[in-house]
Amino acid sequence: MAKHETPLLDQLESGPWPSFVSDLKQEAAARAKNEKKVEYQIPQDVVEDLLGVLELSYKDGTTHWKHGGIVGVFGYGGGVIGRYCDQPTMFPGVAHFHTMRVNQPSGKFYTTDYLKKLCDLWEFRGSGLTNMHGATGDIILLGTTTPQLEEIFYELTHNFNQDLGGSGSNLRTPADCIGQARCEYACYDTQDLCHTLTNEYQDELHRPAFPYKFKFKFDGCPNCCVASIARSDMSFIGTWKDDIRIDQDAVAGYVKGEFKPNAGAHAGRDWGPFDIQKEVIDLCPTECMKYENGKLSIDNKECTRCMHCINVMPRALKPGKEKGLSILVGAKAPILDGAQMGSLLVPFVKVDKENDYAEIKEVIEAIWDWWMEEGKNRERLGELIKRQGFQKLLEATNITPVPQHVQEPRTNPYIFWKEEEVEGGWERDVNEFRKHHLR
Amino acid sequence: MAFISSGYNPDKPMENRITDIGPRHFEEFYPEVIKKNKGKWLYHEILKPGVLVHVAESGDEVYTVRCGGARLMSVTHIREICEIADKHCDGHLRFTTRNNIEFMVDNKAKVDPLIKDLEARKFDGGSFKFPVGGTGAGITNIVHTQGWVHCHTPATDASGTVKATMDDLFSDFQSMRMPAHLRISMACCLNMCGAVHCSDIAILGFHRKPPMVDHAYLDKTCEVPLAIAACPTAALKPKKVDLDGTTVNSIEVNKNRCMFCGNCYTMCPSLPLADKEGDGIVLMVGGKVSNRISAPKFSKVVVSFIPNETPRWPSMTAQIRNIVEAYAKDARKYERLGEWAERIGWERFFDKTGIEFTHHLIDDFRDPAYYTWRQTTNFKF
Repeated sequence: MAKHETPLLDQLESGPWPSFVSDLKQEAAARAKNEKKVEYQIPQDVVEDLLGVLELSYKDGTTHWKHGGIVGVFGYGGGVIGRYCDQPTMFPGVAHFHTMRVNQPSGKFYTTDYLKKLCDLWEFRGSGLTNMHGATGDIILLGTTTPQLEEIFYELTHNFNQDLGGSGSNLRTPADCIGQARCEYACYDTQDLCHTLTNEYQDELHRPAFPYKFKFKFDGCPNCCVASIARSDMSFIGTWKDDIRIDQDAVAGYVKGEFKPNAGAHAGRDWGPFDIQKEVIDLCPTECMKYENGKLSIDNKECTRCMHCINVMPRALKPGKEKGLSILVGAKAPILDGAQMGSLLVPFVKVDKENDYAEIKEVIEAIWDWWMEEGKNRERLGELIKRQGFQKLLEATNITPVPQHVQEPRTNPYIFWKEEEVEGGWERDVNEFRKHHLR
Repeated sequence: MAFISSGYNPDKPMENRITDIGPRHFEEFYPEVIKKNKGKWLYHEILKPGVLVHVAESGDEVYTVRCGGARLMSVTHIREICEIADKHCDGHLRFTTRNNIEFMVDNKAKVDPLIKDLEARKFDGGSFKFPVGGTGAGITNIVHTQGWVHCHTPATDASGTVKATMDDLFSDFQSMRMPAHLRISMACCLNMCGAVHCSDIAILGFHRKPPMVDHAYLDKTCEVPLAIAACPTAALKPKKVDLDGTTVNSIEVNKNRCMFCGNCYTMCPSLPLADKEGDGIVLMVGGKVSNRISAPKFSKVVVSFIPNETPRWPSMTAQIRNIVEAYAKDARKYERLGEWAERIGWERFFDKTGIEFTHHLIDDFRDPAYYTWRQTTNFKF
């Protein structure tokens, strides 16, 4: 018998899509039964009270969670989000319901051994509810009490070789796409770069010293499957410099209909036979492709590497061999000053593992030095760039301006010349001037 | 329940303390076929909705079966995922950026038994536990935020709006009839911790009433200057308030300047703005993050308000369905929703979807607003 009636939530059990309500109920029932005789360290009916408080929100159309409050683990300023219910008497099981962010492995591959062990820990010391995964990328352990935080952290670090992720004004848990692990498009090893930088910057990740949050995301190619260009202060997007590799036999295979275009992504509708002219050549945004006499040619110098032709004919076309990444900076969601897309800062840098990614780290650290010096409280990097200008970012990172940095040159002539750029400087003698120009 | 110690000693927190070790190394978790062929994949193909094959230079193949899932997931459910992975995939699995679960096998013969197993599993309430789909030119899982399950600022629920939407669009999760892939994202307030602002369709929770001021507690719980500084439109100013003869420091809200972002509430719990009638949903469309053919785009607001109709948000799901069908019918192959709207013109977008255009949809927020007005005589009647 359920502790709280949930007539509204019950209506979310029907329909084909996996029901989170059914899953919550199954967990509530498992805890009530406790077949494995777990000595639960937080209330056994925590999930029933979560269902209860959620039903109340569905009834009155408002949330019943209060602000965080300062909870965490000793020495860290992030990784734990405090959460308290505003109806603790009605729902004592979720009166304290803190979240822990656990830093996910790059690429989000798991062994069942790891996950099962994590489930045992979280059932014992927490609600048994998770997010796989949170929006930033962490494994989210959803709901425990204050005394359990240190215990869980101790177990994670001692028994799981596993650390927490970031929250607050610090480096947030970096995240990456599947990359070279299982994708032929990836131009660099996203997982290795993500993992290496996460470890390099553990202090920045755990101890808030920044003006606001800071996100890294790693996309292996311009398809941007982890949306780095839209949501990370620094976005690392794989690209290449030389020619797209063409297998003319495979091109012919697509033309003859032996291979399905776009890897079969459009198979759910009859779009007619594949037409290379219409579907590839004419859609190329730079018009740098030709298909003549059964041969595909690309004027690679004019190509902007948008991935369309490669996506349509993955068996025939591959990114070039001189691979690296572009760094874009300043992306963020609309709060506060409107949304920003990442702006191109480094058109191309080699991804040099042998050199421990030194060139990339140099850019990161120069940006942090500038942002920590100049950024206001709760000002994202993108907002600082807007406030002080792109030129200041170039100065801070010691990067030479190139036309690739802009969509178009400025449309106003209000150039902030510096004194040293103007012949003779700015110091002049007005009396000397007046000798030739009477008052 | 007796307290059981992990070994942590609260009197000596630094004793045997381990910190700054980071995440587990990804290679520990790779399936054999991934470890062996990493960086050497030749091409891939979607065999049917939800099923991919990747072929490596070595001739090895990995078959991936992708399943949708609620990102809010219990340990019981995760254990079931593990049981499946143990049975079919040598104890390996992965999750995607969009909260899908991927089961991988190294042999085609293992695919059908795996799919059969996945499709047979249902929750007691009748929904699928592991629906197979979410590939190619279809609609994959919705990324979302916490909503009423766990957050202090939401204007709607996240898990419920997503469940209602995916139930309605379920056949498109399992098919690939769209002109291009269509990504839906959900964030339950303007803070957008889910960063939905570049999605083909964004479901966004939204407040419409300015904060109330809890004068009796404000100065005790908040730093007045920090709360005032948090307002992006300078709608807050300090105010002395007389409460039963005592003067307290508090805040005055210029209600006409409020843009309902809730940033003040994040800084100060004495400025709550949640409200049953005030809160609801905004729909934004036409964003993308891929650089394919056209540059990444922001989503645009096309429906300024839909009330929170719990538990299934029928007006919202009907409007989403309407937009999806108009796009599916009219767009060209490979054309993303935003590219379609730009090609036909936004005036045609409103024609074809039948959505009413109101003054709420014209940007009036700072400089970028001007660039969204029409500075040409070229328009369609």
